[in-house]
Amino acid sequence: MSAFPRAAELGLISCHVCGLVCADAPDRDDLSADGLACPRCGSALHRRKPSSYVRTWALLIAAFLLYIPANVLPIMRTASLNDIDDNTIISGVVELWVKGSPDLAVIVFTASIVVPMLKFLSLGTLLMSCQRGSDWARPQRAKLYRLIEFIGYWSMLDVFVVSLLTALVRFNLLSRVEPLPGVIFFGLTVVLTMLASMSFDPRLIWDGRDSDD
Amino acid sequence: MGTTSPEALLICEHCDTVYRRRTLARGDVARCACCHAELERHHGLSLTALLALVLTAMIVFVQANMWPIVTLGLNGQFSGATLWGTIIAMWQQQAQIISILAAATLFFFPLTKMLLLGWLLWFARLGRRAPGFVPMMVVLHYLQPWTMSEVFVLGALVAIVKAHLYFDVVVDPGIYAYAALTLLITVFAGVDLRQLWELTPADPA
Repeated sequence: MSAFPRAAELGLISCHVCGLVCADAPDRDDLSADGLACPRCGSALHRRKPSSYVRTWALLIAAFLLYIPANVLPIMRTASLNDIDDNTIISGVVELWVKGSPDLAVIVFTASIVVPMLKFLSLGTLLMSCQRGSDWARPQRAKLYRLIEFIGYWSMLDVFVVSLLTALVRFNLLSRVEPLPGVIFFGLTVVLTMLASMSFDPRLIWDGRDSDD
Repeated sequence: MGTTSPEALLICEHCDTVYRRRTLARGDVARCACCHAELERHHGLSLTALLALVLTAMIVFVQANMWPIVTLGLNGQFSGATLWGTIIAMWQQQAQIISILAAATLFFFPLTKMLLLGWLLWFARLGRRAPGFVPMMVVLHYLQPWTMSEVFVLGALVAIVKAHLYFDVVVDPGIYAYAALTLLITVFAGVDLRQLWELTPADPA
């Protein structure tokens, strides 16, 4: 791979917030040490996002732990005169599929199951490969990171579906929809996975490049 | 390197590669040669056009929030929902966390974003930095990933289909306002707000 000039080697830092190219303090050793502020927007300058590995791992593990009750516990109760029906995420998908809209079932399945699982697996893979300083498939891993950043928030889909149905289906005894604890766990899972992918620094994928070449 | 001004350089946010900035022609997208992430994009919209779009988005946003989104019918009873009706219903049903999440991502964050953007663009058109320019640009940067109106539109669609199995569904104007809002959001997704830093001169200290 041809050598691209990297900011860290040239003594430059780009501001995370406003993108301004700033001069680094040459005497600093720690890549994430505090101290410098962007002259344009005042934000703290970091060569890499601070404690990226630790924060991302912590948020990712917390998100995964919450994802278990989000799937096991029901997210929504449909109550009518003669029966009570509790739905989990997956049984809601099955219901959509069986009762006539397989295409929407695929969309909900993607947003609620595929996207969170993809985020857990991808961020886990990125973290482990970067911590090992691996040079395996760097452009592909960079692309994977951009993909999960882009699709992450679509997982909120099921949360909004339950919220709207709760507000809509209020026919007293005849028919009611109530949210159940699963939806809260699921909402928190989505927020935590978003925070996890934000705290991961994609530049770590490319660090250690020169020693490998 | 000593004579190069910081604005003439560009650093890829995804892999830390340094570039000399080039002037982009209409429709051009600069990509990082190392990791292929987008560096900069030229978009044909002037500041005036952007301001007009923000004002349009504000009007549509008011409509999307005031008008009911869907109405359900069952044996002659009707029940409609607005965004705020949804937020309040979740609060009353012991799902306060979801209620707060929905209020933030569907109402307060989008509203803040539009108001700040309108304010900044209004002054940028006059070639000036608005009062409070720096903190507002920082707030806009952090709000960026946390507005979810477009997800809500898809959620409404799924809710309509699910409700249609058991109820008579009447689609209300609010959903059209939301659809229009989604289109406007898509236009803004391609706009790099950081250009405002370069387009407006800093106040002499």
